[in-house]
Amino acid sequence: MDALLSLQNLKKYYATQKAVDDISFDIERGSIFGLLGPNGAGKTTLLRMITGIFYPDSGAILLEGNPFNPMLDIEKIGYMPEERGMYKKMKIGEQALYLAQLKGMSKAEATEKIKYWFKKFEMESWWHKKVEDLSKGMSQKLQFVITVLHEPKLIILDEPFSGLDPLNANLIKDEIYALAKKGSTIIFSTHRMEQVEEICDHIVLVNLGKKILDGSVAGIKQQYKENIYSIEINAGSSLTSNAIFTIIKETPSQFLIKINEGHTVNNVLQFIIEQKIELIGFNEVLPSLNDIFIKLVEGTHAGARAFQNI
Amino acid sequence: MNKTWLIIQREYSSRVKNKRFLILTFLMPILIVGLIAATTYFSITGVEHRSIAVIDPNDFIKNSLKNTNQINFSFPENVDTTNYQQKGFTDILILPKFDKDTKTDYILRSKKSMGLMLQESISNKINRAIEDQMLQDAGIQQNMLDSIHKASQFAELKAYEDKGSSSKESNAGLAMGIGYASGLLIYMTMFIYGAMVMRGVMEEKTNRIAEVIISSVKPFELMMGKIIGIGAVGLTQFLLWIILIISLTSAAAGFLPADVQQQVATLQQSNGQMGGGMMQASESAVKIYTIQHTMATANWPLIIGCFIFYFVGGYLFYAALFAAVGSTVNEDPQDAQSLMFPITMPLIFSYVITTMVTQNPNTPIAFWASIIPFSSPMVMMARVAYGVPNAVSYWELALSMLTLVGGFVFTTWLSGRIYRTGILLYGKKVTWKIMFKWAFKKA
Repeated sequence: MDALLSLQNLKKYYATQKAVDDISFDIERGSIFGLLGPNGAGKTTLLRMITGIFYPDSGAILLEGNPFNPMLDIEKIGYMPEERGMYKKMKIGEQALYLAQLKGMSKAEATEKIKYWFKKFEMESWWHKKVEDLSKGMSQKLQFVITVLHEPKLIILDEPFSGLDPLNANLIKDEIYALAKKGSTIIFSTHRMEQVEEICDHIVLVNLGKKILDGSVAGIKQQYKENIYSIEINAGSSLTSNAIFTIIKETPSQFLIKINEGHTVNNVLQFIIEQKIELIGFNEVLPSLNDIFIKLVEGTHAGARAFQNI
Repeated sequence: MNKTWLIIQREYSSRVKNKRFLILTFLMPILIVGLIAATTYFSITGVEHRSIAVIDPNDFIKNSLKNTNQINFSFPENVDTTNYQQKGFTDILILPKFDKDTKTDYILRSKKSMGLMLQESISNKINRAIEDQMLQDAGIQQNMLDSIHKASQFAELKAYEDKGSSSKESNAGLAMGIGYASGLLIYMTMFIYGAMVMRGVMEEKTNRIAEVIISSVKPFELMMGKIIGIGAVGLTQFLLWIILIISLTSAAAGFLPADVQQQVATLQQSNGQMGGGMMQASESAVKIYTIQHTMATANWPLIIGCFIFYFVGGYLFYAALFAAVGSTVNEDPQDAQSLMFPITMPLIFSYVITTMVTQNPNTPIAFWASIIPFSSPMVMMARVAYGVPNAVSYWELALSMLTLVGGFVFTTWLSGRIYRTGILLYGKKVTWKIMFKWAFKKA
């Protein structure tokens, strides 16, 4: 596997808590990677180590196979933090230019790129406006442009859709796909599971500073499936729980069943056919990431962690 | 380094292009000149006029009570304490019959109480008259008396500093003025620009751009860029003020009548010696010459050089501390007030020492305060005005400069460590104890 970024046994302890406690994973080049976790799980600390803002207490970060050097590699990364801000009094064009130059672009190159993106996002008239004149969604768009302007190999987006209307959210989403297609790797941090399911190839779930889940979205769903199927039958027929399966939920023509231990899908189908019930539909129901997330995190007192001592 | 330069540029140009900067830069000198002019005007026109009725049983005092532009003495008949106001007098002065063996009260009754200065001048006049009378009683002639009075104004102290073989005219008044003015200027700028740095850091933190920038540059670069950029704004402002003052004074000199200018030039050539130019020169020309001559006694290149050094050094020393405080403040600017206290205290204390040092530049406290970097920018400036190496020896100046450089390197290092933790930390109330921990914990 061609890993762009590889984290090895990363640790970062604060005085009052283990923010990141021995986390390792790889991120494939060109993939869209979801970093999930409840509030206070250690996501931001992890991202800050990847962006070179924090140094890990121990462990290693490899970027393209080499040890991560914040001084040089910072320009290969575009980071859009969750708490984002701008200079309120500065003109938008100048601000974008300034931040692009801080990422190591020349003035001419930056100007050209900003014009390209502003045109693409229909922001050309913004150049001489100030950030304080923008709505939250508009400044979000601006943030996104500034993050990807220098064509970073690794783009880190922390809650990129918060505050965006569906139209603009789709605009950004399409851009994320396009960037991944061009070879950028994207780390996407959120707790909005439906977005993760839709966008991400691979996810890692962290809780209480530890990695508790790592894999592809499809693979994880398979891993956590609970042998639940939905059966649609002809109206008028009926099903009852039996030795082979248990009915969890029932509507006039649709049943949600759980196959009991020791039985297979074939047993179920055989049973239905033997009962002479007309089968219209039969589908496996995989758990949503949301369900998996809640199942794994619930009961771990994740929320109370900020006030605990180790 | 390249990125620090970008930050410096932004900090500098965003402030210099600001309307407020221009207004402050050009209005401030006008405001100060206006203030001085207004005070002078009111102190001239605002004097009260007194018309004093004098009851004097002695004849000899009368001659000494001459009218001035402030006081009008009259010696009317039939005026007493009950009716002086009706007769149009503001005060009544009742003198007893003089008896050289007993001390008696001289009574002044007024409609409105008289200022101390006026009272003193009247009392001086009476005492002088009595003194003269007694001298005359002792057999001294009037013309003798006059020459005695003249002689009492003969001596005028001219101080010189000895520098090896040559000596130079020194002027303690000027030194005091320069010392005080530059000390005050440094004190004010530490506050103004220090607070500007602090607000800048707070702005970046509260509007959350800090994290975006820190993913591109190191926190230390951001802090230094801000400090240097704002310092450059301060220097620009000084430079503009100096240019403004020089052009204003030379413009004012151009308005002088041609003959006065001619006389001033003659005085300069003759080095202000009596005879020649001095005799024919008008009063105003002499005054201008005296001011120019006094100003020339100061070692301006040294003073300006030291001023720039101590301004920059002191600014770097304090600005770093202000930046550290700014980085620890959350949404509430009130927090800044209490955290600023340990920084403003030494500043205020140094200012108090400076005012003392302008009069006594060589006390032990002056020495130590000019070595310790907390106070040296102000106190050493006050001492340098008295001259190097006369008031301050070269090694003292060198030591003071060295400790200041060491001082700001240390505060910058210390603040850098506090800053990089503080700038990304929200929602926690920070105390000095916590800041100390951040500063000295392992990397």
